Amino acid sequence: MEQQHVAHTDHFDPVASKLGMWLFIFTEILLFGGLFIVYSVYRYKHPVEFHLAAEELDVTIGLINTIILLISSMTVAMSITALQLGNKKLTLILLGTTGLLALVFLVNKYFEWGAKIHHDIYPGSEFLLSLSKGDMLFFGLYFFMTGLHALHIIAGLALLGVAFFKVKNGSVNKDRISLLENGGLYWHLVDLIWIFLFPLFYLIH
Amino acid sequence: MSEHKNHISSYKSQIVVLLTLIVLTVLTVTITSVHLGPFNTAAAMLIASVKATIVLLYFMHLKFDEKIYRFMVTLVLAIYAVVIIITFFDYLYRP
Amino acid sequence: MTGNSSTHRLPSYLEYQGKYTGIRSWILSTDHKRIALLYLYSQIFFFLAGLVMGLFMKLELIAPGQQIMGPQAYNALFTVHGLTMIFLFIIPGLAASFGNFMIPIMIGAKDVAFPKLNLFSWYLFIAGAVIILVGIFSGDGPPDTGWTFYAPYSLKTNTNVVLSVFGAFVLGFSSILTGLNFIVTIHRMRAPGMGFFRMPLFIWSLYGTAWIQLLATPVVGITFLMVVADRLLDIGFFDPAKGGDPVLYQHLFWIYSHPAVYIMILPAMGAITEIIVTFSRRTVFGYKAIAMSSLAIAFVGYLVWGHHMFTSGMSETARLIFSFLTFLVAIPSAIKVFNWTATMYKGSISLEPPFWWAMAFIFIFMIGGLTGLILGSVSTDVHVHDTMFVVAHFHYIVFGGAGIAFFAALHYWYPKMFGKMYNKKIANWGLIGLFVGFNTTYLPMFFLGFMGMPRRYYDYLPQFADLNLLSTVGSWVMATSLLLVIVNLLRAKKGTPEEMDNPWGGRTLEWTIESPPSLENFEEIPVIDREPYELKSK
Repeated sequence: MEQQHVAHTDHFDPVASKLGMWLFIFTEILLFGGLFIVYSVYRYKHPVEFHLAAEELDVTIGLINTIILLISSMTVAMSITALQLGNKKLTLILLGTTGLLALVFLVNKYFEWGAKIHHDIYPGSEFLLSLSKGDMLFFGLYFFMTGLHALHIIAGLALLGVAFFKVKNGSVNKDRISLLENGGLYWHLVDLIWIFLFPLFYLIH
Repeated sequence: MSEHKNHISSYKSQIVVLLTLIVLTVLTVTITSVHLGPFNTAAAMLIASVKATIVLLYFMHLKFDEKIYRFMVTLVLAIYAVVIIITFFDYLYRP
Repeated sequence: MTGNSSTHRLPSYLEYQGKYTGIRSWILSTDHKRIALLYLYSQIFFFLAGLVMGLFMKLELIAPGQQIMGPQAYNALFTVHGLTMIFLFIIPGLAASFGNFMIPIMIGAKDVAFPKLNLFSWYLFIAGAVIILVGIFSGDGPPDTGWTFYAPYSLKTNTNVVLSVFGAFVLGFSSILTGLNFIVTIHRMRAPGMGFFRMPLFIWSLYGTAWIQLLATPVVGITFLMVVADRLLDIGFFDPAKGGDPVLYQHLFWIYSHPAVYIMILPAMGAITEIIVTFSRRTVFGYKAIAMSSLAIAFVGYLVWGHHMFTSGMSETARLIFSFLTFLVAIPSAIKVFNWTATMYKGSISLEPPFWWAMAFIFIFMIGGLTGLILGSVSTDVHVHDTMFVVAHFHYIVFGGAGIAFFAALHYWYPKMFGKMYNKKIANWGLIGLFVGFNTTYLPMFFLGFMGMPRRYYDYLPQFADLNLLSTVGSWVMATSLLLVIVNLLRAKKGTPEEMDNPWGGRTLEWTIESPPSLENFEEIPVIDREPYELKSK
């Protein structure tokens, strides 16, 4: 803690920034945590309907998206390594790859949602309202939770985008890595949530 | 909290982590496609937790960071677990 | 310790001229002290607005039958009164204003860890307030659901629920970011030598509070989003017609909103501790017990939400468990009260206004706490649930506890924050008036509740008339005294630096610097070599 001689306006503490990011991740965990509570209560109350509704979802597309997210998690982790080793070019390539994978994930999601909506399965649709209560809840949760997750993907994408340009212009570099590190942490959180969403929605048997 | 030199993960270790995660993902799809009754869900959740732990420890660096982060993450997850358990004291025992 | 000789005083944070002048030097300032004052002024503004609404409600209840408003107006009024007082005054509470001002100073830092984020939180706070305000004056009228937005009514009512709920969501975000900022500040910015167990107890209470803000608020945030989705997208998370479970809404709502009570009361307890220690002229009794009890309250308080739902149709088992856990919270709360008493014992107490305010807090808080035990046990709760008894208990805790502590803290730190001293005699009379008025307003509600008067109705049976009249008269006394207190504070006079730097003989760090503090608080970061409340040996 040798910080007292630095004027407080340009004082920068990477540990504080990382701790702050972790605390923010905790709130995100609890935010999705609320939804997981809702999910588990309704699944407990409507086990059969959840099972049947889940068979409507395409396991293959879910599996592909899972693997895409896992790979993107690795590339972002590698980009941090690359920056720590001072390899700026590789950092940018890896970050770019992460961004591309995120976009592929979103495109997949778009087609997945599109197919459901095409079959008249969306919140408030007449067809869905004619189904059982368990079905309504399942698809309500499906759209809400994967939708919120997609929003987090977009937020993570924006954060990594900022990191990309800051690495490019050199303000994020080997000695000042916090922004990229925090962007990476956030990206892993998005991955973490998906790790649970995938079996809970696609793999009920 | 001491500011010791940051641990740098090697590319190789990250590839190993990724491969482990992919194997676990394929495993969970395979396991849930055989009929095991309630154990399907249990197995799926167990594997998901293992995967999450791996992401937390290696990709999110908890294994190499100061202990306080691990402590905080554990505490937060424990509180969340207790909240779920208490909520289910209601739903499990409804007449 | 930094010297505070008046020979070379830096310009105070109030006089300091930065990049901006005029109003912009406030709303663009990242100085934690200016942000604290922004919070303080906005909170007091909202408090007065809520107070006026409360007065109108009491006026409506002065006699049976319709007096000044009909049922719909009354429903809207108690909803907006609750929203304003809870989300805009007492949840930011002592943390946002006094916490912001005092955390960096009390731990020997120049600012919080993320000054820009701090200002951003205030903007979110104002944005949330504006959204709620727009919700009140647009669409199909102000919400009439009560501040709890219970489903399924909040899904069915035609009033403008969406905006209010969304406003509360934004306010929650502001609260989360403040908590995050405080935790990082406390972890990273403590002056050399200030270990965790050398921090003043106000900081400990804010630390516990910040964790609740961080971990509980997101749960209600997502719940509010689900209500919005239910209304806009017709999903049916909480709509029984579509399979939703309204009781689950209550679970999620109270998972936050019960800990929220501790967000309100913990900083209040912390401030009261500071006041009692200073004016008892003794070192604190049981430092570690008080510090740990803050964390214990934060933790156990997280697990007791179900006691709001004893009559909602929860299972027997859940009610039993929640009742048991609720009684556990009484232990750390009582630890604090015992330690305050023990601190005062054999102290050479100086009877200044902040001390009297603290005494009023303890007295009223005790009544609130003990009536809480009645509500915490299932069998008695069933009798008084949803009656005026609950309203009385709630106001004893939140207004009589956190609210009075807010004013106690204001009287205690006023000379430090502004370099001015109010008229002490008037401050005492204001407190006496408030104390009498408060008890006259709310004590009868306990009896009314026991007699069976339900809450949230604009009308009541004739047998409740006398006590209601008494209560309404009490509300006038209370409001007048509050006005007196505020005017007295506004009319405070500048004192000399010698008088203002440490008027109470406080021993924590804020009393070692100038009043009002300079922009960077300390010319030189102090090195801490003593316990927080150690008496100076000269």
